[in-house]
Amino acid sequence: MKDLPAQPRDLDGNTVTPGLPMAMLAEITHRCPLACPYCSNPVELIRAKSEICADDWGRVFRQAAEMGVLQVHISGGEPGARRDLAQIVAHARAAGLYVNLITSGIGITRDRLLELDAAGVDHVQLSLQGIRPDMADRISGHTGSWDKKMGFADWVTEIGFPLTINAVVHRQNMDRLPDMLELAERLGARRIEVATVQFHGWADLNRKALMPTREQAAMARKIVNEGRDRLRGRMVIDYVPADHHSVYPKACMGGWGSLGLNVGPDGTVLPCHAAQSITWMQFENVQDRSLSDIWHLSDSFNAFRGTEWMPEPCASCERKTVDFGGCRCQAMALAGDARATDPVCSKSPLHAQIVARAEEDAAADTTEFVYRRMSKGG
Amino acid sequence: MTPLITPQDIPYLPRGVRLQDDRIRGIRVLQAPERAMQLDQIGDAILAELDGARSLDQITRDLAARYDAPVEEIAGDVRDFLTGLIERRMVFLRDIT
Repeated sequence: MKDLPAQPRDLDGNTVTPGLPMAMLAEITHRCPLACPYCSNPVELIRAKSEICADDWGRVFRQAAEMGVLQVHISGGEPGARRDLAQIVAHARAAGLYVNLITSGIGITRDRLLELDAAGVDHVQLSLQGIRPDMADRISGHTGSWDKKMGFADWVTEIGFPLTINAVVHRQNMDRLPDMLELAERLGARRIEVATVQFHGWADLNRKALMPTREQAAMARKIVNEGRDRLRGRMVIDYVPADHHSVYPKACMGGWGSLGLNVGPDGTVLPCHAAQSITWMQFENVQDRSLSDIWHLSDSFNAFRGTEWMPEPCASCERKTVDFGGCRCQAMALAGDARATDPVCSKSPLHAQIVARAEEDAAADTTEFVYRRMSKGG
Repeated sequence: MTPLITPQDIPYLPRGVRLQDDRIRGIRVLQAPERAMQLDQIGDAILAELDGARSLDQITRDLAARYDAPVEEIAGDVRDFLTGLIERRMVFLRDIT
């Protein structure tokens, strides 16, 4: 294991100044009963035997709180796949963190939910794959998922947790967005997050089945805007648009290594959940070093901090501190170069090509998925 | 901004929303689902009044007396601040019953 550098420097050796992280995503397991074809976990999944234990998570949470992290998002895979989930939650609360639980709702019984209440879960986010049993079960690859989710939502309300519905949208379910908003309202959700599929990892394998059309993206924007007016004061709508159809890229992670960090099932620390798609990058592990050293000094976190590393057209762009050049993983996936301007940006030389490919994928008539599964063996 | 609260409403912080010290940054924050919001002194003072028993009208009068400020001026500020939080579902209302 090589030593960390003494000074934070970006990938060109320019000095950078790390800020304080606000939020941490804790992907405590990659195990999941669902097989969604756009899963944000890496294509190479971590197995149960490599997962760090609850006490390790406790240490990581205490280190995170000392660094300024205020909120932890406990996710997976399905976090309920870990029997010691309540213990992990209790450690996070004891460290002073606000605990968001991000779940599919599958495999967490009412009794376990009561246990999680006692352990200190502050807020529950329930994923929604579709709007009817047939669609939800087909997209998640799990027969009976819809009924289990609706039962779970009832328990969440009964116990009194604040509820957010996480609806991932794509070509095959985007037209049902009005029904999703209505369902979330009926379930008593305070918030709904409507997130268009981000085309990395598993989703990239399913581009032809998932890419929304330009018309769908425009309609979704309209429905969200109308919904925000209609539901003002009753339900919040957070929206991640289809960036392949936007003029400028998303301000991914609020800037690389700026506000958040992600710790994976085996303790690997990533600047974002998809960062391992940047195949040349080396990542540190909480079993080897403190979270603080990793945040402040590791090459991975410092690589794209600040603006000095940016090539043109980002370097001379007035939006470089607005969207930070977009998403590094998307640049890797679409331009083959993690430091390139995000090719979804209209100023990217690759933009026309990316739009043409998105249009072509959106026009594909396939509905077949490559489902997320662990590879055999190991 | 169209107000989402009347003087008779009783505002409160619902479950999952809490006032907290951020001792690392030395600030006060309002923690809520997927949001941590930095509070200035005025915001902190307003939210500390939400006891789930007093109405907006009573809270405004108490703040005006404590800070020796005109009620009308305070009323607008408090109403707008709380409306912003009601929009984000970080403050709930109950009626006098």
